[in-house]
Amino acid sequence: MTGALITDLGETMLSTVFDVVPIAAILLGFQLGVLRRRIPNLRRVLIGSGYVVLGLGFFLFGLEHALFPLGKVMAQQLTDPAFIGAGRMADALSWADYYWTYLFAFAIGFSTTIAEPALIAVSIKAREVSGGAVGAWGLRVAVALGVAASIAIGALRIVTGTPLYLYMIVGYLVLVIQTFFAPRMIVALAYDSGGVTTSTVTVPLVTALGLGLASSVPGRSALLDGFGLIALASLFPMITVIGYAQISARLARRGGRAGPRPIAAKEGPSP
Amino acid sequence: MSASLRGVLSLFSETLRDLAPILLIITFFQVAVLRQPVDNLAEIAIGFVFVLLGLGIFIRGLEMALFPLGETLANAFVRKGSLFWLLLFAFGLGFGTTVAEPALIAVSEEAAKVMSGAGFIEAGAASESGTAKALRYTVAVSVGSSLVLGVLRILKGWPIQWLIISGYMIVVAITSIAPVEIVGIAYDSGGVTTSTITVPLVTALGVGLATVIKGRNPMIDGFGLIAFASLFPIIFVLLFGVVISA
Repeated sequence: MTGALITDLGETMLSTVFDVVPIAAILLGFQLGVLRRRIPNLRRVLIGSGYVVLGLGFFLFGLEHALFPLGKVMAQQLTDPAFIGAGRMADALSWADYYWTYLFAFAIGFSTTIAEPALIAVSIKAREVSGGAVGAWGLRVAVALGVAASIAIGALRIVTGTPLYLYMIVGYLVLVIQTFFAPRMIVALAYDSGGVTTSTVTVPLVTALGLGLASSVPGRSALLDGFGLIALASLFPMITVIGYAQISARLARRGGRAGPRPIAAKEGPSP
Repeated sequence: MSASLRGVLSLFSETLRDLAPILLIITFFQVAVLRQPVDNLAEIAIGFVFVLLGLGIFIRGLEMALFPLGETLANAFVRKGSLFWLLLFAFGLGFGTTVAEPALIAVSEEAAKVMSGAGFIEAGAASESGTAKALRYTVAVSVGSSLVLGVLRILKGWPIQWLIISGYMIVVAITSIAPVEIVGIAYDSGGVTTSTITVPLVTALGVGLATVIKGRNPMIDGFGLIAFASLFPIIFVLLFGVVISA
């Protein structure tokens, strides 16, 4: 087992290196050909780039050997009619019988989003830029709740067979109305948080859940109903992040210094 | 020596906290709900140790390399004062990081199969691989253009909500005329383009630009590049479906 694992680790590291090559080539090309400026702390940046490749390689390798197989088996077991119906026929089940599936969908959506590296990066940056007003944990929990709700509702949608566009259009309407009343500082960050959630950790597990459900619920096709979880998962976090900002702004207004500080940005230095 | 050791320990304890929800939830469902034995427990334990180490090391590298690089580039381009090179860089970064993305290659091959199944393109390996390649370049060009528009928006200070909301209206409008088979793939393509290395780099670039340029607020204007990068592929892939099926 150990030998196979080491070979596999080597392959994952190699493919991570290949993923980085185009980015490195573009950065290097512009640096040498256009900007021709020394990079400050070059040594530190190079060591850090090594960490990025090493860390990402380890992370992906670990996901493939621990989380993905386990999560996929669990998604299959929890959507299996034999587990849900406890002996009854799949046709006789109503949407309410799938409660463990919804709970699992919510929980796995929340927990994988908390571990998503791209979201960690954006939340570190947001805390830095807002001078601490947008807490790194506040943002991550808000995004994770959005993803959790979207996966649970997406599972419900697959079980009931209602069309995806209804959910998307209602979601967009809520988002548009919210945007008009949102603190201006949060809007761009909230829109960004839709894109960062659907990354390394969340997508494979959520796809497994969607395909498992679509193939076990009678009358659903994996091709037409299995997708759509990702689409909802990029929409809902925008709503919850704006909601988070609205609630913290309101709390700050009402409670004075007791609540979280209102969202405000520090001014950038002039050149 | 002991200070750096303490730094490493605090880094991994933070990472452990990030992973705690996953561990709790998987344990709960295994022990309380599914109650079935797990195969390969040793391999899974080794895997989790690698997830923990990897995430910790990646975040360290993020703060040492990706964030400073994004900011340095933003600074250097503003000092150079050439809009052309900045926009070309934005396009190159979006195009270059997307075109070789393994997730995108998988999605476009799948899409080509769906389209030949629906009879929009000729069946056969040659026609399918040609369509897959065309789709891949379509998405890569769309991500490149999205960063160009996103960077322009930061420079000009355009409010993001009008651009994004009208973008989603375009998505809704094209969805109604696009072939049903492509819609799911199009919606999912927005998610596959924002990879773990691109996001921090692009975020640091945007915030860096908004910080250096006078009159821009890094919080209001600096974020938003990722939002464009997840919106544009949806529009371009839907259009691709409309053109192919016409």
